[in-house]
Amino acid sequence: MDTLKGIFVDPFADMIAAPDFLLQVLWEGLVGGVLYALIALGFVLIFKSSRIFNFAQGIMVVFAALTLVGLHEKGVPALLALPLTLGVMFMLAVAIERAVLRPLVNQPDIILFMATIGITLFLIGLGEIIFGGENKVMITEQLGIPTGSFTLEPFGGFVSIEQKDLTAVIGAILLVGVLLLFLNKSKIGRAIRALGDDHQAALSVGISLSTIWVIVWFIAGVIALATGIVWGARAGVSFALEVIAYKALPVLMLGGLESVMGAIIGGLAIGILEKLFEIYWGQPLLGGNTEMWFAYVLALIVLLFRPQGLFGERIIERV
Amino acid sequence: MFYRTAGQFKTSYEADHALFPVRQDAYLLGFILLLAFVVFPLTASEFAFRALLIPVLIYSLAALGLNILTGYAGQLSLGTGAFMGVGAYACYKLLTIFPEMNIVIAIAMSGFFSAAVGVLFGLPSLRIKGFYLAIATLAAQFFLVWLFQKWAWLYNYNASGAIQVPNIEMFGITVAGPRAEAITQYYFVLCFVCAMTFFAINITRGRIGRMWKAVRDMDIAAELVGINLMRAKLTAFFVSSYIVGVSGALFVFLWRGAAEANLFDIPLSFRVLFIAIIGGLGSILGNYLGAILIVALPVIIGSVPEAFGIPIGSATVEHLNVMLVGALIITFLIVEPHGLARFWAMIREKLILWPFPH
Repeated sequence: MDTLKGIFVDPFADMIAAPDFLLQVLWEGLVGGVLYALIALGFVLIFKSSRIFNFAQGIMVVFAALTLVGLHEKGVPALLALPLTLGVMFMLAVAIERAVLRPLVNQPDIILFMATIGITLFLIGLGEIIFGGENKVMITEQLGIPTGSFTLEPFGGFVSIEQKDLTAVIGAILLVGVLLLFLNKSKIGRAIRALGDDHQAALSVGISLSTIWVIVWFIAGVIALATGIVWGARAGVSFALEVIAYKALPVLMLGGLESVMGAIIGGLAIGILEKLFEIYWGQPLLGGNTEMWFAYVLALIVLLFRPQGLFGERIIERV
Repeated sequence: MFYRTAGQFKTSYEADHALFPVRQDAYLLGFILLLAFVVFPLTASEFAFRALLIPVLIYSLAALGLNILTGYAGQLSLGTGAFMGVGAYACYKLLTIFPEMNIVIAIAMSGFFSAAVGVLFGLPSLRIKGFYLAIATLAAQFFLVWLFQKWAWLYNYNASGAIQVPNIEMFGITVAGPRAEAITQYYFVLCFVCAMTFFAINITRGRIGRMWKAVRDMDIAAELVGINLMRAKLTAFFVSSYIVGVSGALFVFLWRGAAEANLFDIPLSFRVLFIAIIGGLGSILGNYLGAILIVALPVIIGSVPEAFGIPIGSATVEHLNVMLVGALIITFLIVEPHGLARFWAMIREKLILWPFPH
């Protein structure tokens, strides 16, 4: 009886008793969710245009953030390091297309997926050799991102909001807006969507597969850099960041592999729900640290009812 | 010349489907077993046992388990490490609750716990396919590792949160624990691996194995010709997790000696997956070749430059190793998607035709 009360009554009583704390938790969850959504977006873009499940997106986040910080440590001014890092991400996109994707055209999906795991390992090793394995501090201030915090006072309590989190949320919204505009209105965006619909047909009307792949991987690299800056500002830059890639995978399952909307909504939902669950159910009842698996279990339960995710395309199979 | 098949006539279907339709294969296997059971133990040093021979055997057993699921039944799994953990923790609890139990029985039983958990997490495979399923197995990975940390009963409420292998005797010889000798442990693991391999070869050759392959190649078609998909997939999860669980128990009890939850993290799952990929999905032999390569690679990277007079630090060796494994995976997928096992198959075919190339 006590357990049932602990599950169904106490958490809600706590929420009502301290609404300001609830708001704080929701805000933290929202910021986390924006980041998950950003990473998931990187996955979705690549999956949409090439049917490749890009496991390397997480390590690309780490790699981009490390390059930025590493360049700054070498004495490059922060605002110059940013375009230089973008250049590195572009070269990475070209290299991946040349060395990995091109020889594997037309292979089964699963082979390409494993190849991206290979890319992940290669980049981990390379990154550690170049930048070393230790934790670095993100150059937040040098990039002009405000670092203070301010408090709101709703319901007689207070909610503290960090300015860099606010910047991150606004920046992410802008980035997604630009991206959607680019995908829906520009010529290249149309080509990307065409490739996503049908490779053969897109090729036969003269869309260059390799060019588009480089562009898509570069966009994924830009998203990775944005995620890396924001997450690095919160948690420092190291290879431990790769963990957030694992957090983006259930977001994809929840939202559906080929849906941009799914990635955004799934990311926000998982970010908020896992924080709520951790604070109100996980810590009092399960010993905490439930954020490790909550997203996965949630996604798994949703998948049992909708195997293609909430916004994914219905899978039609024929013999 | 070595593989001349002239004179080996088959007069019945049974003979044609025998384990070794070509006699020389049996000789080769005999030779390898001779190496493993007699030559290696006589020549190997303590270091070779602990750093090369025992890990190769244990990793190949884990890869064998994964290969049954991924290579034969076509269900990609990223949760191997956690299932190894289930085997290890189950074995630990069995031996604490029944201290008199023979360790062979304890290890064999611990596989069943892992198999049960495997079937439980395999249930979604009836609904979910492909990448979605791969991520669903990651749920097992994260949830189980969390459970190993939080459920203190599993590690007997130790302050360290780790499981320690006690000294375990069998017929008056210490086989596990700090006092055990490397050579005893090697023989113990070798016997286990041989028995499991024999079992795996026969199950994949037989009716169940053919059922798995049909599901792997196209599950809808398999269903249409009357294969019970649920049975096929769940037996694959069962057999695979059983073998993986046993390898996990061996991993902790006969090699590492102690373990905490983080040992069964994603990197372990991936290492086993790489062994299966590089060795060759859908082949038994490949697991051994892949494990040899993955275990030997860091040793080679560490020692070869040193022989040329360029000493490199152990951290660099580790990083180079990770990088090389990544490059190897990509290279193998591009050049030979069927892995190392396919190389051997090609050599064997050449040897059968030799000295006439056509």
